[in-house]
Amino acid sequence: MTKQMHLAAHFPGVNNTTVWADPRSRSQIDFSSFVHLARAAERGRFDFFFLAEGLRLREHKGRIHDLDVVGRPESLTVLGALAAVTEHLGLAATVNATFNEPYELARRFASLDHLSGGRAAWNVVTSFDAFTGENFRRGGYLDRADRYTRAAEFVATARELWDSWTPEGTPCPFAHQGQHFSISGEFTVPRSPQGYPVVIQAGDSGEGREFAASTADIVFTRHGTLEAGREFYADVKSRLAAYGRRPEDLKIMPGVTVVLGDTDAEAQEKAADIRRRQISPQNAIVALEQIWGRDLSAYDPDGPLPDIDPDPDSELVKGRVKVGDPFTVAAKWRALSEAKGLSIRQTVIETSGRQSFIGTPASVAAQLTEFVAADAADGFILVPHLTPGGLDDFVDQVVPLLQERGAFRTEYSGPTLRSHLGLPTPVRKG
Amino acid sequence: MPATRPLHLAVDIGGPPHYEARHYTALAQLAERGTLDFVTLGDSFARPGLDALAVLARVAPATERIGLVPAVTTTHTEPFHVSSAVATLDWVSRGRAGWSLEVSTTEAEAALFGRRPAAPAADLWHEAREVADVAARLWDSWEDGAEIRDEPTGRFIDRDKLHYVDFVGSTFSVRGPAIVPRPPQGHPVTVIDATAPEPRAAAVRHADVALVRAGDPAAARALREELRDRARAHGRDPERLRVLVQLPVALHTTADAVALAGLIGDWYEQGAAEGFQLRPAEPERDLALLVDGTVPVLQHRGLMRRFYPGATLREHLGLSRAANQYAQAGSPS
Ligand SMILES: Cc1cc2nc3c(=O)[nH]c(=O)nc-3n(C[C@H](O)[C@H](O)[C@H](O)COP(=O)(O)O)c2cc1C
Repeated sequence: MTKQMHLAAHFPGVNNTTVWADPRSRSQIDFSSFVHLARAAERGRFDFFFLAEGLRLREHKGRIHDLDVVGRPESLTVLGALAAVTEHLGLAATVNATFNEPYELARRFASLDHLSGGRAAWNVVTSFDAFTGENFRRGGYLDRADRYTRAAEFVATARELWDSWTPEGTPCPFAHQGQHFSISGEFTVPRSPQGYPVVIQAGDSGEGREFAASTADIVFTRHGTLEAGREFYADVKSRLAAYGRRPEDLKIMPGVTVVLGDTDAEAQEKAADIRRRQISPQNAIVALEQIWGRDLSAYDPDGPLPDIDPDPDSELVKGRVKVGDPFTVAAKWRALSEAKGLSIRQTVIETSGRQSFIGTPASVAAQLTEFVAADAADGFILVPHLTPGGLDDFVDQVVPLLQERGAFRTEYSGPTLRSHLGLPTPVRKG
Repeated sequence: MPATRPLHLAVDIGGPPHYEARHYTALAQLAERGTLDFVTLGDSFARPGLDALAVLARVAPATERIGLVPAVTTTHTEPFHVSSAVATLDWVSRGRAGWSLEVSTTEAEAALFGRRPAAPAADLWHEAREVADVAARLWDSWEDGAEIRDEPTGRFIDRDKLHYVDFVGSTFSVRGPAIVPRPPQGHPVTVIDATAPEPRAAAVRHADVALVRAGDPAAARALREELRDRARAHGRDPERLRVLVQLPVALHTTADAVALAGLIGDWYEQGAAEGFQLRPAEPERDLALLVDGTVPVLQHRGLMRRFYPGATLREHLGLSRAANQYAQAGSPS
């Protein structure tokens, strides 16, 4: 039998993947945009709808970064409202474990699980920087080494709370004593329809992968190419046995982008056009400054790359995950620019990475099926570049082909997100 | 009492906790059929029940006009998250959100968080005032029109219209700006139960709606005068403060519902209150009788509107959209 895949819809993010300058682009904040994408996802029988989180607006050169989409509503509240306009779709919120407390957050997720009839999921992220900390009571930050010990204890504590009522509906006192939390009392919410909301993990370090293997139901990863995907998949799945878990207990879902066309050539052309729109002249300079760590505003985006070296200790960029060593990246970019005679903007476009799957609906359906069959993923979190209609074509044109191939469900088989994922309801630990 | 203004009616839809959405949705829809201004839903870490803001977010798309006011506690929560959640309730309800500030005074609640010991109500209400202050600053930290989508310069926002709030309070500080753009009402409606002295001090500074308890119309009128005087002393326009009298109700028959209309109408016409927050003993039973028995009588007496002329909770309450404290004079707010 063909391996079944799982699909999720990622609401467009606050980075330059999202093309706001397209005439079809609508509000990133009006509830109607969230309803549009969620309804498309449910029409396509997707497993879940996904919201990312950032607790401090990004900064560049000491000022708020103004070139990408800025601002979004608070995830759990949006998902509570979406529960009213969807029936089966899972509802996943990214919520930080450093700048929250277990009792309150466990209660909010349990509430969402009750109010949605068992469709809640929590993407546990661990940003711990002092920059973000300036918005919170704890201030300061957490030692990097502690980010996952806190997250692991946080989730374990939440699960103690979710288990604290008897099946007959009586609250029992809990007491948790640990390195990060010492709390006791009674929880205010009965065990929710899924037992525990689904847990997603999105960090890539060794500690992050270990946390996923011990605790998560889904990993959201950046490894969206066949080779990197297979390597990541094998690595993470091999860690499960140590925790007494089976490979199918943890689903691996890379974030991917898709471009469709009537012919493969047309799809390739559209993909190139989208990449150009994602890198405006201003964004090209910013991308360069993020690597170089220097003010490069005097450079012409249509001119050559700077010949000065990056500043490795730069504090230029705030609120954004740093990727790779700046010297290596700069050397690679220079080599590329010289070899192909590319300007700054062309170089940035060239290095920005192709979309994950490009082609006709039939070709994309085949690629996705093969990717899953090759154990490079258990499914995909689709990241559209347009708000809110960016997945309409995928749902209407690709999903039916996946269903024909027997690679994706034609109907929901149960009411909860766990039932879509084929995950059992966790046994209550009394 | 200005007779030009309609009587404001709100109803609490709490009561014994329910754990599925249908119960609360049905109650809010019923209250909306009665053209009430808003529903309130209590919340506490100290007793069973779902997160009230989550419940009313779930109710929002199932209703069209009625205001949605969850209790939100400020003691063990993060001011930044609280402000984001209330702003988002305003977004998903298209301008119908409020929040009713409460504090958590008990040792039992403190032990659920393990971050700080229980503290006296006076300290906690001092902090709640700071939370109300910082929430308003965060809502204002995006000026209206900050989103410009200016293709020639490649800019999505005009960052001169975004502001750090740099708030330093007695127990917390917040840098800002908000991660949520300014909500539709500017500021969602702030409700404070002003019965006890500590919350009353918060209400005269920060409340759009103050709730009071009084045994007779004269006492209610005296309380209203006190609140308005104190609001004025804090530099506020008392016309921007609504004082509603809390009224526990238990309706068993249509006759009870009609009698309630008589009482409400009489208090209102004597200038005792601008309206009432009704607290039903059994929301399902009482609300049906209220909507079908009490409201029609008040409408017939010309004291209550028959439909919602406005779309937002502020419009129902006759409160204009909040001005932005960061907007430059002369620029649009
Ligand atoms: C695909 C992916 C998506 C992520 N999304 C978010 C997010 O929305 N919000 C956030 O604060 N962190 C996000 N993160 C950051 C991680 O959760 C994590 O905190 C960070 O990667 C550091 O952990 P690590 O050292 O294990 O990689 C994301 C990470 C990945 C790989």
